[in-house]
Amino acid sequence: MPIVLIIAEQQPDGHLRKATFNAIGAGKQLADKAGGELHVALVGKDPGKVADELKGYGAKAVHVGAAPELEHYLAETYAPALATLAQELKADYVGMASTAQGKDLMPRLAARLRAAMATDVMAFNGGGADVTFSRPMWAGNVFAEVKLTTPVKVFTLRATEFTAAQGGQGAAEVKTFTPKVEASKTKFVDFKEVKSARPELTEARVVVSGGRGTKGDFKEIEALADELGAAVGASRAVCDAGWVPNDLQVGQTGKVVAPALYIAAGISGAIQHLAGMKSSKTIVAINKDPEAPIFQVADYGIVADLFKVLPELRAELGKLK
Amino acid sequence: MKILVTAKRVEDPESKIKVKPDGSGIVQEGLKYKINPFDEIGVEEGLRLVAKHQGEVVVVSIGGKEVQEQLRHALAMGAHRAVWVNHTGPLDQLGIAGLLQKVVEKEKPDMVILGKQSIDDDQNQVGQYLAEFLGWGQATFASKVESLESEQEKNKVPALVVGADGKTVRVVREVDNGLATLECQLPAIVTTDLRLNQPRYASLPGIMKAKSKPIEELTPAKLGVDVTPAIQVLKMSAPPARKAGIKVADVPALVEKLHNEAKVV
Repeated sequence: MPIVLIIAEQQPDGHLRKATFNAIGAGKQLADKAGGELHVALVGKDPGKVADELKGYGAKAVHVGAAPELEHYLAETYAPALATLAQELKADYVGMASTAQGKDLMPRLAARLRAAMATDVMAFNGGGADVTFSRPMWAGNVFAEVKLTTPVKVFTLRATEFTAAQGGQGAAEVKTFTPKVEASKTKFVDFKEVKSARPELTEARVVVSGGRGTKGDFKEIEALADELGAAVGASRAVCDAGWVPNDLQVGQTGKVVAPALYIAAGISGAIQHLAGMKSSKTIVAINKDPEAPIFQVADYGIVADLFKVLPELRAELGKLK
Repeated sequence: MKILVTAKRVEDPESKIKVKPDGSGIVQEGLKYKINPFDEIGVEEGLRLVAKHQGEVVVVSIGGKEVQEQLRHALAMGAHRAVWVNHTGPLDQLGIAGLLQKVVEKEKPDMVILGKQSIDDDQNQVGQYLAEFLGWGQATFASKVESLESEQEKNKVPALVVGADGKTVRVVREVDNGLATLECQLPAIVTTDLRLNQPRYASLPGIMKAKSKPIEELTPAKLGVDVTPAIQVLKMSAPPARKAGIKVADVPALVEKLHNEAKVV
């Protein structure tokens, strides 16, 4: 029976990253299509506490590997730890959400398993032994149907394309294993968190993004975001200019988001930005230039100065309460 | 110090990519080609490191004879010499990493700097595969703390910091919710994110000099690598189009639509 192994991820604060549950939902879909069973793995210094949280999401088993050397995430230590588990389980498919950690780790793990890999998978097609992967190429301008011919198949998942697994699906067996520990040529030095009271960009229901048109003044963007309980995003141009931190960047080379409502203010809509947000349910564009490409993907557009529109929009939204 | 950088040939990021009606690939007519923008950042970082620590930048590309254009571009920026792995036909990331592994074993660089992904396949895999194949440390998505309009950037200060003993490199990485710093023993693999540096333009003397810089030709057979792909692209299609939207006259009209039609506020 095909075995699907999904790797769970802990944030630096110890909590499970939300995208992990989308990845588990995707893993369940794949297991159903392939006629196999779903397993989940979590490794770290002391992952036992949060591993219990993974029990009720439809996996056959949750595999927990603890070692003091795994305190800080490093691809070089996590890859061997997870490769031995994948080999012991004879996993056919090994996947993880396309987070920064997923993108860093999975190719290294794939290399260890001599497996071919598909990045940013959006859907599984076919069934049985012939499951294929749908994934974006050329900044989302092309969708490709991809087949991996190695015995083990590795992938990362675009979390916004998969519904998160729901809890309460019976209790998976929690099994501990001893991860293989290898000396690392890389040392963790530090992690500087960018703290924000707003929701995480990839998890928010509403995103308000600013571009060049803001000229670096994000006050109105932030005020509207706070009115809506939204996350703040930005185009590549404003991140490159250093006006806002780069982790706010929405786009093929930044974060891919798919909120219920995406408001783009002063963003022209370069191909690479559109690739990061065009799966949003409703898109609003505010731009002075009526020819801006952003209007081609927007459900509702206003041709006007964002500094006039945003305060007015905030006031009008306030009236709805 | 010797730094190996990559220069993949890709479609110009500004060009409009269209899928062929039969889904067998993209329409090639009228496309322009460039060095992968992430690789160009890698070339720039290599040049800055060598300007600071002495040494040599070697650029490698894989493909038919047309990839010599991208190699010449990197040589015109200032790279010292080039390696061309002559190969036409399909190639996947396992194949690319396998070829690069052999080039690295031959060249023995202190560091390999690659783009974190190429803007055609968008796979984001080769650097990590290569690091594992070589048993080296990896620091992916290298970034800098300062902005691309900072003094450091204007003065072309490298963002990668090599230790005083020349045995380590310190790399700031862009990760979820912040910046992580790693220290890798050399030799190491680094992959670049967009905010690592602003690549220089090739100068006219640079372009002239590049013409006489050596390009060594290798092949997969010479390197002893089987590059039969394990990734098959069965079909390509255009992403589903969004239905055409409307322009609204003013803010009250917008809020009315968002509230009553889209029901998102």
